[in-house]
Amino acid sequence: MNRLQGVLAAGGFAVTAEIGPPKGADPTRLRRYAERLRECTDAQNLTDNQTAIVRLSSLAACVHVLAAGGEPVLQVTCRDRNRIAIQSDLLGAYSLGVQNVLCLSGDHQSFGNHPTAKNVYDIDSIQLLGMVRRMRDEGCFLCGEEMKAPPRFFIGAAANPFADPLEFRAKRLAKKIAAGADFIQTQAVFDLERFRTWMAMVRDIGLDEQTAILAGVIPPKSARALRFMAQVPGMAVPKELLRRMESASDQQEEGKRICSELMEELRSVPGVRGLHIMAVMWEDVVPELVERAGLLPRPWQAASFSGRETG
Amino acid sequence: MIVADRKPLAEILTLVRHAGRILLVGCQECVTVCLAGGEREVAELSLILRLARAQGRAQVDGPLEVITATVHRQCDDEFLAPLADQVANVDCVVSMSCGVGVQHMAAYFPHTWVVPALNTRFAGATIKQGLWEERCSLCGDCQLYRTGGICPITRCAKSLLNGPCGGSQEGHCEISADIPCAWQQIYDHLRTMGKLELIEEIVCVKDWSRARDGGLRRSVREDVS
Repeated sequence: MNRLQGVLAAGGFAVTAEIGPPKGADPTRLRRYAERLRECTDAQNLTDNQTAIVRLSSLAACVHVLAAGGEPVLQVTCRDRNRIAIQSDLLGAYSLGVQNVLCLSGDHQSFGNHPTAKNVYDIDSIQLLGMVRRMRDEGCFLCGEEMKAPPRFFIGAAANPFADPLEFRAKRLAKKIAAGADFIQTQAVFDLERFRTWMAMVRDIGLDEQTAILAGVIPPKSARALRFMAQVPGMAVPKELLRRMESASDQQEEGKRICSELMEELRSVPGVRGLHIMAVMWEDVVPELVERAGLLPRPWQAASFSGRETG
Repeated sequence: MIVADRKPLAEILTLVRHAGRILLVGCQECVTVCLAGGEREVAELSLILRLARAQGRAQVDGPLEVITATVHRQCDDEFLAPLADQVANVDCVVSMSCGVGVQHMAAYFPHTWVVPALNTRFAGATIKQGLWEERCSLCGDCQLYRTGGICPITRCAKSLLNGPCGGSQEGHCEISADIPCAWQQIYDHLRTMGKLELIEEIVCVKDWSRARDGGLRRSVREDVS
């Protein structure tokens, strides 16, 4: 059992963080982030050409994280690869020691730096979840053909409580769980009220007991960054938070404070089993946030932890 | 119907730059309805091309003689046959039909250079005067029974089959506030119809072999062939 799965299986409160791979072939910063995050988080997500901007591949980034002693979560989107390429990459990733995967639809290519690209969407994120689970549990490819040495991934999915229609969001989560999601990482929470409403809907149908929900947070580095996030489709940022950041004399410190407060609130929401910190372009801040939250040391660092360490 | 729109004039002028005499052919089917390649558009383009060449605005100076015709249907041999004499006397045929018509014309007159004047856009419908919108991706395996007659393969930018992605907000798609989220539309319609349970089912991976991905598609009716 890996760290993330081990912490959750033991009933612990999980902490994961996101690392954005570089827009170039130099892995130095990536490795440095991995070294900084490996002690304070249970697993590190490597994004898959996030916002459709070309970056070093998630799979290669996972291997760098492994080499740095971390525990990668391979993010896989359906935008750029069909069922053949995805299954192939999953086998390759597992063969290299990657044990966690996050299944996503992917941001549309019109957001990125190649808006004239053709998209794939051979399968969608729910079908992807089912495919990874089938590979693991039934030992066969999507086509039904058996494979030797199936990859035994710990399978994750995303959920966005801030997207519409709200009434369908818990049902969509139910579909993801039914398809195979062992854990969930949510879109970054700024609007606590909406998150609590969604979690109540999730608890009403018992989904919090069928999967491990990790609430997402983003520490805003500046008022400008927060304003940008407020415009991103699928994000919800309350106006009072924007005003608070704009009027702060030290915006970075205020951003950390806002994030810490959100983390504290989210921990007390029933059904939340962990936090996922997406410190976009600010990965260095993660250790401090985790420490401020009193979430150190991580459970797997204790000698008595039964999980098998990776890396 | 097939919806098309006219290529930019500069591009069409480039396509006919070596020609002194062309046959400009419209079609009375879909492209007439979407105001791209009917009799009126043929007359209009004919005039514009002749003027542009006469005024020296084209890459190649010199007059262009334009013969025009609009046939009932360019994707049918029967309606192309009467054009044979005119085709024999021009340097180039410019088709104002959809991509099907252009190809049919090129195949029917294999010794004549045939170029398109339109960009074929999609299979769609008239939404209101002057607005046409895509409705069908011709995937060969209709899923509309699941979604209350709203096609997610065509109308969702990611062709998702299991509900809206995380970018659906306030009824619109993540790619533009001008584009409605197909899954919000599906949700609203199914709720009205009392059939929301339909989108709670997991839809399995699609068989794309009946779509373009499976290679050239043919439809055969042996009873009439």
